[in-house]
Amino acid sequence: MKIGVFICYCGENIGRTVDCAAVAQACASIPGVAVSVDYKYMCSDPGQNLIINAIREHRLDGVVVGSCSPHMHEKTFRKACSNAGLNPFMFEMANLREHCSWIHDDIAVGTAKSIDLVRIAVEKVKRNEPLTPIRVPVTKRALVIGGGISGIQAALDIAGAGFQVVLVEKEPSIGGHMSQLSETFPTLDCSQCILTPRMVEVYQHPNITLMSYSEVEKVEGFIGNFSVTIRRKARSVRADLCTGCGDCVQKCPIKKKAYSEFEEGLAFRPAMYVPFPQAVPNIPVIDRAVCTYYKTGKCQACVKACGRGAIDFEQQDEFVTEAVGAIVVATGYKLYTIDKKPDDSQYKGYGEYGYGVYKDVIDGLQFERLASASGPTGGEIRRPSDKAVPKKIVFIQCVGSRDESKGFSYCSKICCMYTAKHAMLYKHKVHEGEAYVFYMDIRSGGKGYEEFVRRAIEEDHVKYIRGRVSRIYEKDGKYIVRGEDTIAGMQVEIDADMVVLATAMVPQPESAVLAQKLGIAYDNHGYFVEVHPKLRPVECSTGGIFLAGACHSPRDIPESVSMASAAAAKALVLFGSDVLEREPVVAKVNESTCAGCFYCQKVCAYNAVERREIRDRAGNLRKVVAYVNEGLCQGCGTCNATCPSKSVELIGFTDEQLYAEIHALA
Amino acid sequence: MKMPTSTWNPKIVAFVCNWCTYTGADLAGTSRLKQEPNARLIRVPCTGRIDPVFVIKAFESGADGVLISGCHPADCHYNTGNYHARRRWTLFHNLLDFVGIDSSRLHFSWVSASEGKKWVTVVDGVIDEIRARGPFERYQKANSEFALPPALFEAAAKEVQQHA
Repeated sequence: MKIGVFICYCGENIGRTVDCAAVAQACASIPGVAVSVDYKYMCSDPGQNLIINAIREHRLDGVVVGSCSPHMHEKTFRKACSNAGLNPFMFEMANLREHCSWIHDDIAVGTAKSIDLVRIAVEKVKRNEPLTPIRVPVTKRALVIGGGISGIQAALDIAGAGFQVVLVEKEPSIGGHMSQLSETFPTLDCSQCILTPRMVEVYQHPNITLMSYSEVEKVEGFIGNFSVTIRRKARSVRADLCTGCGDCVQKCPIKKKAYSEFEEGLAFRPAMYVPFPQAVPNIPVIDRAVCTYYKTGKCQACVKACGRGAIDFEQQDEFVTEAVGAIVVATGYKLYTIDKKPDDSQYKGYGEYGYGVYKDVIDGLQFERLASASGPTGGEIRRPSDKAVPKKIVFIQCVGSRDESKGFSYCSKICCMYTAKHAMLYKHKVHEGEAYVFYMDIRSGGKGYEEFVRRAIEEDHVKYIRGRVSRIYEKDGKYIVRGEDTIAGMQVEIDADMVVLATAMVPQPESAVLAQKLGIAYDNHGYFVEVHPKLRPVECSTGGIFLAGACHSPRDIPESVSMASAAAAKALVLFGSDVLEREPVVAKVNESTCAGCFYCQKVCAYNAVERREIRDRAGNLRKVVAYVNEGLCQGCGTCNATCPSKSVELIGFTDEQLYAEIHALA
Repeated sequence: MKMPTSTWNPKIVAFVCNWCTYTGADLAGTSRLKQEPNARLIRVPCTGRIDPVFVIKAFESGADGVLISGCHPADCHYNTGNYHARRRWTLFHNLLDFVGIDSSRLHFSWVSASEGKKWVTVVDGVIDEIRARGPFERYQKANSEFALPPALFEAAAKEVQQHA
């Protein structure tokens, strides 16, 4: 074997704490190394040419580059090897930057460790085998999870390009939080007016299959070849018969047992309900938890009201399986609350400012409903307790955001803008009213955003107070808001009629469960994690799964829409080719030693291990051995570690390679 | 056991999965979090790939301590690989004393791709622990005392080949 070793300085990133020339010199004496050189930037064109020329000149069989993490440049160097005519899998990387130079200060220590790391890589590459990528077909259909504005946008973009889309929404209607909003910043255009046409477009699009009131149950497969099982929850109404006339909703006698989710608990809804009048699809759902029929079997008011016979009390959840090639996750957010049932929530809840105790201390989404023309007050700002018009409102920003002791370290990003909008809407509706905003900083980055906040302050005379609120208590029918004005350097007390808390955005509570089904990463808050924060912001580390909207991080409507279009574009890139090349790191069975115990089959998470019969020429069954389906195998190697006779090996990480790495340390 | 001398530095072999811990260690590097230099990482796709024999081999090859680290439960890139690793570890950990290795020399942890800081704490913690335990010499001694003379070894190997 002739191995080439190439040590990179990465400018000064490695060179500062590792004597790269000494490493290259020391590595030249490792058995099998034919050439060992150092260079300023291996990933640059001249650096890559250095490798290419060395491969040709020395007829190298393997290459080791000592530079950064393989997650950074493995592809770059494999390509260089390939350009020189060397099989790209005859390449290994030693991570001298992230795992050495950046974490150690001492040159002697860094140099010695670097030599070790290169030696390990050399011993491995000696035992590498030339491999060819596996080609798998691409199913040109997409699944979009979540029917808020992000999911709607992604679905419309993919469908518009001519590909089939399955859109799954867990609520009875698509629309998400955007459908609850009154007006949107910074233009103050009506949210429903711009959203509902898009909802209808989704419903009528020939390429979109809408599955509302449905949830993703199981995800199998891999990029280009996912098989997704979707639970279609029982509506108790037959979608094929229902015309959406709403007679059943009118006749339902259970009017005041359940709070409307859409109205954020500010109003009741019947047991038979559509979330809101513009719902898509406009098919009602029976809330079985409160419906009299499901409790006593007596009431059948809706059955009598329905002229089409669409009510079906016996309906069961249905499971459908869809084959898709790409998945866009757009599950959105929730507001951080103490919740009506705090025990059910993964969050402890803010537990301050009397939220959940005082009726007139509400959150941002509740204020949206009060301000909305379709809301419970018809767009008049009236406080929930006595329906009086509040003369003085206090808005408090950063409730849970930027506050690690009581909430989250992150900034929820949209609250500065929507609080300015709320204060403005209030002043437009209650001219003589007073609006106060307690803020930490005003973060109004965005087109026309800063101007919008200035307008609230200068034209609508909203009073901004820089400081935190220490407590809120009730006194003579008023809410006394005590805080500090850090600019004036004094304590302030405001006797407010109503308080609106800009509570933090959090991911949907089930986001971690969904992430586990999809096999994608999520952070400690439950937000899904992209593969690279700057250069691959919408892709997950699991291939073929893309992120859109607030399930990734707090973001407003324009940002969610752009991210959704970006995710759709990524899915379309995938659909641009008929076959996909995949790394050939898969398990392979040695049929001559396989004893057919099938322990490998038991531990395989992908059902990739099959049974294969070995017959002699006469057709007599000699034995049954394991066989790995390359298309299904994801290359984890669990079978390899499990096999008692070591008859199944993970190509690229064979026992021989790993033992060589271990021995190289001695 | 011989007391460690001041010049002795423990050798730690860390078997880490590609998706969580290796990336977490990358993050520690990107964040410039200084660490003790004694650990050598061996990257495997998944902790499920780690055969208990690797651990024995590492000790045989001169390691003073071994660390296995992968994705948190339920976060495995390969769905269930880390559960298999955990089961193996539970069993194998109990067998270590039987093969003459103090079980405190083998460590197991979950470090996710976002836990650069935790990785540093884990690595430095393991190194401190092993430093307190002193060098692992039992296998080296055994090797020198009981190893077959090279000629005998080759003859044995040949015989095995003939039978294969």
